[in-house]
Amino acid sequence: MNPYNYLYVAGLLFTIGAIGVVIRRNAIVVFMCVELMLNAANLTLVTFARINGTLDGQVVAFFTMVVAACEVVVGLAIIVTIYRSRRSASVDDASLLKR
Amino acid sequence: MVTSTSLVYLIALPLFGAAILLLAGRRSDKWGHLLATALSAGSFGVGLYQLSQMLSRPTAERAITQKLFSWIAVGTFKVDAGLLLDQLSICFVLLITGVGTLIHIYSISYMSHDENRRRFFAYLNLFIAAMLLLVLGNSYLNLYVGWEGVGLASYLLIGFWNQKPAYATASKKAFVMNRVGDMGLSFAIMISFATLGTVSFAGVQAASHTASKAALTAIGIMLLVAATGKSAQFPLQAWLGDAMAGPTPVSALIHAATMVTAGVYLIVRSNFIFDAAPTAQLLVVIVGAITLMFGALVGTAKDDIKKALAASTMSQIGYMILGAGLGPAGYAFAIMHLLTHGFFKAGMFLGAGSVMHGMNDQVDMRRYGALRKFMPITFATFGLGYLAIIGVPPFAGFYSKDAIIETAFNAGGVKGILLGSTALLGAAITAFYMTRVMVLTFTSKERWEDDQHPHESPLLMWIPMAILAIGSVTTGFLFTRGHALVHWLTPVVGERAEGGKVLLQPAVVSGLALVAVIIGVAIAVSKYQLGKVDSVAPQNVSVFTRIARKDLMQDSFNEAVFMKPGQALTALLVKGDDKVIDGAVRGIAATALGTGSTLRRTQTGFARSYAAFILIGAIVLIAAIWVVTQ
Repeated sequence: MNPYNYLYVAGLLFTIGAIGVVIRRNAIVVFMCVELMLNAANLTLVTFARINGTLDGQVVAFFTMVVAACEVVVGLAIIVTIYRSRRSASVDDASLLKR
Repeated sequence: MVTSTSLVYLIALPLFGAAILLLAGRRSDKWGHLLATALSAGSFGVGLYQLSQMLSRPTAERAITQKLFSWIAVGTFKVDAGLLLDQLSICFVLLITGVGTLIHIYSISYMSHDENRRRFFAYLNLFIAAMLLLVLGNSYLNLYVGWEGVGLASYLLIGFWNQKPAYATASKKAFVMNRVGDMGLSFAIMISFATLGTVSFAGVQAASHTASKAALTAIGIMLLVAATGKSAQFPLQAWLGDAMAGPTPVSALIHAATMVTAGVYLIVRSNFIFDAAPTAQLLVVIVGAITLMFGALVGTAKDDIKKALAASTMSQIGYMILGAGLGPAGYAFAIMHLLTHGFFKAGMFLGAGSVMHGMNDQVDMRRYGALRKFMPITFATFGLGYLAIIGVPPFAGFYSKDAIIETAFNAGGVKGILLGSTALLGAAITAFYMTRVMVLTFTSKERWEDDQHPHESPLLMWIPMAILAIGSVTTGFLFTRGHALVHWLTPVVGERAEGGKVLLQPAVVSGLALVAVIIGVAIAVSKYQLGKVDSVAPQNVSVFTRIARKDLMQDSFNEAVFMKPGQALTALLVKGDDKVIDGAVRGIAATALGTGSTLRRTQTGFARSYAAFILIGAIVLIAAIWVVTQ
């Protein structure tokens, strides 16, 4: 199978994630879209590793996953805290810094 | 040239006094005036010592110098701060410190009710030091320092009672008009350095033999501008009348006897330049002749006793400048008139101060009259000064003024006749206005206000007046005995050319001058002693009187020709500064502010819009890279 097809999938996933981040308001969905973009990036890393016949890309993909897991922990904690104090998970409501 | 180490004490003593009095402040209120007087007298003592030393040396070695320190040394341009005491300087040193000390003594009493008397004495000492530096400097640059110093002291003392706005304005006027003259002196120094490469008197004198005539004429004209400013000569004469705002001892010392004669000193000191530049020399006599008439005419119309004396000072300095412009024949007579004038005019100013002291500071002569009975000593001393200034033999002014008139007549050709007649007419007018002052003040009927009780001044005031009166009587005789002063000054100002064609013999000139004086006195006596004098100046007078009362329109002229255009120029520059320079600065600020407030709108605070910007930015970046690498 042509390994470039994986790259097309990754590009599609990244695009879906990016559009989701921009157009959705719900913080959880935005968060999931960000994860989708990260995974798209992971997929390209692994694909390039395969194409080049080296392990570097796969190693970096593991690092990305670890960092993404940490980020999920912190990010979800922030979203939950915001939800508790404001009874809303909309990212547009959290726009206090401009004032 | 003999060198000395003691010249500096002449200047250091009064300078020390000024420093002590100004730095110690109110702590020295009790003894400050005594210290200042003692230091001035000490400086006079040093001057006398120097004179005795000078007399003990042969003529060729009389001039002595002292190098203080190396002041400027840039490449080939070297100026030392140095002092030069020669036959000319010693005359001035003795006049400045001698008359200065007498006026210090007078001021102890005159200023005793003033709470700032110590400050007054500090300024007087500062003036003496600066004036001595002026006459002792051995280069134009050293002279310039003293020149500015006396300008400062004059400014401080004219505005001594600056709580009155008019007095503060008078001091400012004097300062600004003196600046114009000072500019001339600085130009003269610059031209001298540029063309002759030196600014010391000796250097310029040596270089003047080979220098181009144009350069010497330029230097001479610039020196004349300087002299007109400091000596209140036409066309920079307008400040002297207002300078009478200062306390009367100041008027006597600075604005009659010493500082205003600095211009005469400058011209006589620069005799080698003027002798080599006939055009500049001609301008000098023209300025002198115009001013002697100008001052005399203004003097006839003034009712303020001090302003009448100020106009007279201007006129008498006109005589000196005229004498100094007549070349080697006139230099010595200019200095002689300067010295005798220093005595009789200072004496008369002190007399005017004494009259004001007894009349509650009234200065309007129309409110005086019959003071002879109440102030006999003032009357006597003032009267001797009066006889000296109008030129009655054997008083001092007779010798010095007649010598100038005679030299003017013998200057040759039409020029001589014109100058001589002007000087002669000036003598008649001098006799008229001085008799007017004398009659209105001392001998006519009383015209005082009821609450005035004229009384003679205290001892400390009349002793200086008496000494100056003795000087007014004797100096002319002493200076001319065997041509003493002329021979004394010859090494400095050059030999007089003897045996030229003589238009009028001295005896004829003296006779003419006496006739002129008698006519002037007779008119004044018939008008003011025998006629009736109003106690308020009459207003329905001829147009000439009105113009003379307004100082021959000098202020109107200056205001129309210099002040108004100057103010317009200033307003234009302010406007230009406001609109163009400030406008550019403000424009830049407004542009930055406007751009900022427009760009601020992109900062919405919504996380999604930031994400969108990042996305768009990333896409644009990738597209750009793609385009470039394709």
